[in-house]
Amino acid sequence: MSNILSAKNIVKKYAAHTALDDVSLDIPEQSVFGLLGPNGAGKTSLIRIINQITGPDSGEIFFENEKLSPKHVEQIGYLPEERGLYKKMEVGEQALYLAQLKGMKKAEAKKKLKYWFEKFEIEAWWNKKVEELSKGMQQKVQFIVTVMHEPKLLILDEPFSGFDPINANLIKNEILNLKKQGSTILFSTHNMGSVEELCDNIALINRSKKILDGTVKDIRKENRSNLIEIEFSGNMMGFTNSLWTYGKLGENWSEGENCRAQIELTPGSTSNQLLSSVLSAVEIHSFKEIIPSMNDIFIKKVGEGNSIGTQSNFTE
Amino acid sequence: MNKILLIIKREYLSRVKKKSFILMTIIGPVLMVGIMIVPIWLSMQKTEKQKVEVVDESFLFTGLIPEKESVHFDYPPITLDQARKGFFDTDYNAILWIPKNVLNGGQKGIKLLYKKQLSNTAQQHIQYSISKMLYEVMLAENHVNIDFIKDAKDKSEFSMLTMQVDEEGNDKKTNTGLYMGIGLVAAIMIYFFIFMYGVQVMRGVMEEKTSRIVEVILSSVKPFQLMMGKIIGVALVGLTQFLLWVILSTTLYSFASATILRSIDIKQNVAKEEVIKIGENLDQTKMGKNEDPNEMTQLWNDFKSVDMVSITLCFLFYFLAGYLMYSALFAAIGAAVDSEADTNQFMLPITVPLIFSFGIAQTVMQDPEGSLAFWFSMIPLTSPVVMMVRLPFGVPAWEIIVSMSLLVLGFLFTTWLAARIYRTGILMYGKKVTWKELGKWLFYKG
Repeated sequence: MSNILSAKNIVKKYAAHTALDDVSLDIPEQSVFGLLGPNGAGKTSLIRIINQITGPDSGEIFFENEKLSPKHVEQIGYLPEERGLYKKMEVGEQALYLAQLKGMKKAEAKKKLKYWFEKFEIEAWWNKKVEELSKGMQQKVQFIVTVMHEPKLLILDEPFSGFDPINANLIKNEILNLKKQGSTILFSTHNMGSVEELCDNIALINRSKKILDGTVKDIRKENRSNLIEIEFSGNMMGFTNSLWTYGKLGENWSEGENCRAQIELTPGSTSNQLLSSVLSAVEIHSFKEIIPSMNDIFIKKVGEGNSIGTQSNFTE
Repeated sequence: MNKILLIIKREYLSRVKKKSFILMTIIGPVLMVGIMIVPIWLSMQKTEKQKVEVVDESFLFTGLIPEKESVHFDYPPITLDQARKGFFDTDYNAILWIPKNVLNGGQKGIKLLYKKQLSNTAQQHIQYSISKMLYEVMLAENHVNIDFIKDAKDKSEFSMLTMQVDEEGNDKKTNTGLYMGIGLVAAIMIYFFIFMYGVQVMRGVMEEKTSRIVEVILSSVKPFQLMMGKIIGVALVGLTQFLLWVILSTTLYSFASATILRSIDIKQNVAKEEVIKIGENLDQTKMGKNEDPNEMTQLWNDFKSVDMVSITLCFLFYFLAGYLMYSALFAAIGAAVDSEADTNQFMLPITVPLIFSFGIAQTVMQDPEGSLAFWFSMIPLTSPVVMMVRLPFGVPAWEIIVSMSLLVLGFLFTTWLAARIYRTGILMYGKKVTWKELGKWLFYKG
C-alpha cells in the first residue's frame, strides 16, 4: 500500500523550545492512523505543519509522493483541537463559506451540505445562527464542515474531546465509514480505548521525538509481557510445584478450590511447555496470554522516555 | 487570490447586514442635516408676537422703538408700580422700564420684566434699538453730526483681504477661516474613521480567536490572507458608509431645503423688504450679521475658489492609507490578546500618536507652514490628520508627494510587522502576552 502522507525529518523550534525533533512518519492510504503522545509532546505542532498553518524549520512533507504545497489544502480536512465557528453567522451560510475556502464551487457545496444535513437530521438549522445551537449541535456542524469537501486525508485533533458520548459514537462510525469509502484518517488522541478500536497504525510522540510507531497489532505483540493467566480448580501448592522451571508464580488469588494465578514465563520456555506441565496437577478452566493494552504501552513508553530524559537533564 | 476575495466578501457583507450599520447609516445624515437645517428652521419659525408694555419715564423713546415681526410695543401712560400690579391681568409678555435719568448714566437701570422669557432675537432687538437710539440722542445733544460719524465709521471699517502670491505672480484670494474649517472637518473625519474601523478590525480578529474558528480557516488560507481580507473588507465597509452618508446627506439636504427653506426664503424676503422700509431712518440692515446675503455669497465664492477636487482626492488617500496603516496594528493587537480587557496596554502606543496629531491640529492651523506642521505632516503616524489640516492652505506638491510616499512605506512596514505578530498570536491561547513576547514573535520563522 502506498503512503498518502510522508513526513521526513521534521524539525520545528520556537525560541528556546523544540517542538519537533527529527520526526518522520508514513501514513498508509486508506487507514486510520493514531498520533499519540502526552500533552505538549508536539502533536499539534506536527498537525499544524501538515495543514500548512506553520512551516517546519527543516524537513519535508510529501502528499501522495508530491511535495506538500498550498494546492493540497483542498485534499485535507482538519478538525482542530481548539475549534469553533462564527457565532453570529448562520449555519448554512457559514458552512458554504468554509466550503468555498476549501475550493468548492458554491452549487456543489450546497448539494454536499444538503446530503450531510439530511444524514445528521439537522436540515432545520440551516438558517439558525450558530450561537442559537447547543454545544452538541455545533459539534455536528463542525464535523460536517470538516468532511464536506471529501478530503483524501482527514486530520482530527482530539476529535472526541468535548463531544458527548452519543455524538462521539456518531463520529466514530463516520470515521470508519469514511475509511471504507477511501479516506485516510489521521487522528490524535489521549483516548486509548478508541485507538485500539479504530487505529490500524500509530506513532507515539514524546518530548518532541517519535519513540514508537507501527501497526497496533505488531506493537502490542512486541510489547508482550510474557505473562500468562491461568484459572483452575485444585491445590495452589500442587500447582506451584508443577511449574518447574517454565515459569514463576506472580500474583495469585484463591477462593477455596477456585484459583487464578499469573505466571511469568521464564525466557526460553513456551506457553505449551507450561501448559503441559500444569495439566496433570490441576483442572484448567482457562489459559490465556495477557496482552498489554495500548494504554499500558503508552504509559510504559512515555514513562521510560521521561525517566531517561530527567536523567540526562540531571547529568548535564 | 480567489480566497482573499471570499474573505473580503464575508467581512463586508456580515458587517453591512448588521442592524447597527444600517442604523448608523441612517442616523448619520439625519443628524448632519438636522444640525444644518434645524437652527435655521427654528429661527425662521413664525414666533408668537410678543407684546411689550413700555414704561418710559424719560419720554425719550415713547412711540419710537421700532416694531419687529416678533415684537410689538405699547406705551400706556402708567407708572412701573401700576404696570406691575396689573401685569398678570393684561396679555403683555413683558414690561420694559426705562428710568428718567437714562441719559445721565441711568441706562444700566433699564429693566425688562417678563412672565415668560422673550425670545433671544426679541431681547437683542430691544437692547440694540435702545442703545442705538441713546447713542444718537447723545450725539445730537452735543451737536455732533451723526452722518459724519456714520461716514467715518463706514470709511474706517474693513476686513482684511489676504492673498497668496505664487511664483508666476498670480494672486490668489485666501480665506483663513474657511481653510481652517475645511481642514478641521477633514481631520476630524479621518481621526474618527481610523478609530472606528481600526477597532472594528481588532474586534473581528479577536472574535475569530476567541470563537476558535481561526484554526479551521487557517487550514484553508494563509494568515496574511485572512488578516488582509479583514482589513480590506472593513475598509470597504467604511467607504460604503462614507459614500452613503454623502449621498443621503445631500439628498436629504436638498429635499429639506426645497421644502422647508424655500418657504422660509419667501418669508425672509418679505421681512427684508419691511426692514428696508423701516430702516430708512434707523439703519437696521446690519442687525442679522450672519444672514447678510453679501457675506454668504462671498463665503460661497471663496469656497469655490478652494481646489476641492484635489483636496477630496488627498482626503481619500490619507483616509485609506492612514486607515490601512493603523488597522494593521489594530489587527496585530487583536491577535495577540485573549480578551478585550487585555487590549489596553497595547492600544495606548497606537492611540497616542493619533490623539497627539489631533491635539496639535490647532497649532498647525495657526501656522500651517511652520516646522511643527511640516514635520508632523511627514511622519506617517501623524501625517493623515496633520496634512489634512494643512492642505486647504496650500502645500507644495513635493511635500505632499514625500508625505504620501512615507505614508505608503509606513503602511507597508506596519503590515509586515502586524503580519508577523498576527500569525503567531492568533494561534496562541491562554497566555498573557508581554511586549517582550511580541518582540520574539517577530523573529519566528513562518
